[in-house]
Amino acid sequence: MNKHIRLWAAIPIALCISGLTSADPLQILTTECASCHALESPDYEALGRSERVSRKAPPLFFAGNKYRAEWLLSFLQSPSALYAAGYFPDHKLLDTPDGDFPNEDELISHISLAEADAKEVSDYLMTLRPFDELVENDSYTEGTVAKRMGTMDFRKFKGCDACHQDDADNGGLSGPRLYDAWARLQPKYIASFLKDPMQWDPNTLMPVPQMNEQAVHKLVDYLKVLGEAE
Amino acid sequence: MKIALGIMIFAMPLSPLAFAQDADVGEQLYGLYCTQCHGVNGNGKGVNAAHMSVQPRSHIDREEMMTRSDEELFKVIEQGGKSIDKSNLMPAWGDNLSDTEIHELVAYLRRLCCEEN
Repeated sequence: MNKHIRLWAAIPIALCISGLTSADPLQILTTECASCHALESPDYEALGRSERVSRKAPPLFFAGNKYRAEWLLSFLQSPSALYAAGYFPDHKLLDTPDGDFPNEDELISHISLAEADAKEVSDYLMTLRPFDELVENDSYTEGTVAKRMGTMDFRKFKGCDACHQDDADNGGLSGPRLYDAWARLQPKYIASFLKDPMQWDPNTLMPVPQMNEQAVHKLVDYLKVLGEAE
Repeated sequence: MKIALGIMIFAMPLSPLAFAQDADVGEQLYGLYCTQCHGVNGNGKGVNAAHMSVQPRSHIDREEMMTRSDEELFKVIEQGGKSIDKSNLMPAWGDNLSDTEIHELVAYLRRLCCEEN
């Protein structure tokens, strides 16, 4: 594994919220989360690309359509870095003669919440579901794919590993890691986002893939196979 | 008459000021969409590069970049590496970016590779 990733993985979680006697999820989200995460849909049309330039973390206003509740609850109590190089473009890469590397000193550790607060916050976030229609309209049903074929498709044919890791030792660092995406993301969200990421996020850095629905579903099945092997 | 005028305007080279403005916007877009692989300095050594089976193009390689026309650069951004018989690791950005934005990126690539300081 890349030295830089090992170092990042070893960084302890910096901040644990305590002392908030009443677990008001909105208060926690407003004071602790809103400076990095969008809790309401930005005005993409008015803001243009400047919205993406200034974005510090994934938007959460559709968290209920995106994440699995059990993962969210666990992550909020014990977060780990999903983006090994930091969240683009709010990253501080080391520019060296050998290339660009994640700068561990600049990576921001995610806060962690006490169990009761995490439950309140994750329950609230799961109510944020503006894209129910997108999810409902997706035809994905869980299938399977031979891992070897899925790996070849992901890496060689689709080139997903340019930005994403499908194994802790393989893949680019700029996109979110995907070898454990199955535990993190709702299957229909993955399928719908893969099919047309612009519907979810007009400023996404995920290229709109040139593939049909069947090919999309094969990739989702590959993430399922990876997740079940974890 | 309108068509002829339109063709004349399209065919006119950008003024230095318009080129500079396009390149400025293009630089911001480059920071968002390209540096992950092509590097923060455009040298082809982005944070993903070490993990890629085909190394990204260096955009500061003047000699190589001068062999590529603006039309070719536009096409590879819009339709991806396969459209010019290069690697599919270079994705197609045509559905994410407008034609204007791709032109702005091309203007920035020209500044990056070939503008005399």
